[in-house]
This record gives sequence, C-alpha cells and structure tokens, in this order.
Amino acid sequence: MTEPAITLYRLQACPYCERVVRVLDQLDVPYRSRYVEPMHSERNVVKRISGKRSVPAIVDAETGVTMSESGNIVEYLERTYGGTAGTDAAEASVGGDA
Amino acid sequence: MPDFEVVSLPPADHIEAGEVAPDFTRPLVTTEYWEDRSLADVVDGPTLLVFHPMDGAFQATYLYNEIDDRGWAADIDVLGVSISTPYEHKRLLDTRGEGVRLFSDPGAEVAREYGVEHDIDGMAGITECRPAVFLLDADRTVRYVWVAAEHPAFPDYDELDGAIGDLIG
Repeated sequence: MTEPAITLYRLQACPYCERVVRVLDQLDVPYRSRYVEPMHSERNVVKRISGKRSVPAIVDAETGVTMSESGNIVEYLERTYGGTAGTDAAEASVGGDA
Repeated sequence: MPDFEVVSLPPADHIEAGEVAPDFTRPLVTTEYWEDRSLADVVDGPTLLVFHPMDGAFQATYLYNEIDDRGWAADIDVLGVSISTPYEHKRLLDTRGEGVRLFSDPGAEVAREYGVEHDIDGMAGITECRPAVFLLDADRTVRYVWVAAEHPAFPDYDELDGAIGDLIG
C-alpha cells in the first residue's frame, strides 16, 4: 500500500480541521488522518512535528513542508495543488485552530 | 464444588494454526495518535495479535500486566484488539502495554472474522472479543493459537513464551 504524501493531524469534529479536509477533498489530494486528543497536553506528537500543539497540522512528505493553522494550510494546499490560485484567498486570511 | 461459576463459552470456529490471519483495517492506536491501518500493512515480522475483553475489564488489565512483566513487546510486535474506542485505548496505554499498539473494533466485525466473538450476558447489544492470542510470522501465517473456552480464562503464558521463543529463534 502506497502511503499518501500528506499526513493530517486532526481532532474529531474540529471545524478548522474539517475545513482543511474539505479543501483536500476539493483538490482531490490523497491524505491520511492521524487523530489526536482534545487535551493539548496529550498532543506531544503534534508539538514534535510542528513546534506547536494546535491542530490541524499537516506534513507533506512530497514537498517537505510541515504547517499548522488552517488558514495557512488552505493557502498552501491551493497554491501547491490547486490549478488556479487564490480561490479561497478571502477565507485564508481568517486563520484558526483548536 | 466451589460455589462460583466459571462460564463455559460455546465452541469457537476460530482461525487455526497454519492459516493466514485475515486482513482487516481499523484505527490503530499508539500513545500519541490513531490512524486507519491494515494488519497486512502493519505486520512486518513476528507479531503477537491479542484479542481481549473491553479495556477496563480485569481480563484486559491482567493480560497487559503479564505482557509487560514478560517484556514481549521488546522482542516482537504486540498488537491488541478490543471493542473499546480509540480514546479508551489511549487511556489503557497511558498505564500499561508499553510498546503495544491497539486496534479499535467497536462493531466486533474483526472478532467475528477470527471466530472469537462473545455476546456478553447482561449487557444488551454488546458483542466483544473473547480472550485469544494468535502468534503470526512475517507472512501473517498463524504459528500458535489459543482461544478461551471459558470465562474468565488466560493463555498459558509459559507455553506462549516458548512459542514466541521458537518463532524469533
């Protein structure tokens, strides 16, 4: 089984994570989900990979990019995998995480 | 006669030694996160696949105490399966099962596939795993199997230790 390049660290029912999922699906970019716990103190893996404990966070093995904050991630995904740039630019400026 | 009841379980039509352990995909829980993984993808060497009652049941607790005491997870991959959710698996791994990873099978479909399901008396709607161990080689062929025939029951740990020793050489 080939593993997708993108790993998404997410929290169940986190709206900021769902936003990233929606964009991944829209762009038809394969990804795997790694679920973490609601408690920030339980998120050492996210801290280790991204430097922060917030989700969503993505690791893109294809480009070597690791990133958190949904606004940044959406912008990155559209820039990297979207045919046309800036479709979600207005939304992208309103970042957020959980 | 002792004045307590050990419950006999119905005969299990379970996966036998020599068969290839059926593949399945379920969330696999580590101390840090969980993600969907297939057994075929995870098994890359000698592996002990342990089916057990719900996290929190004393049988699950005692099993992992023994696995920890014997340090099996340092020698081979130890994978647990129960109907407990990933959140409950994380709690279990906070206190025991060092180096163990746990599949979450809330619908007990994997347990049924392996023929080790158990309908619990007095808990309506809950089917879980009866205690069972399947020792797999790198090709997922079952090399040793034990399935509980009564409730409660535990594997013969010394015998299992011998089988693990034989497998890893």
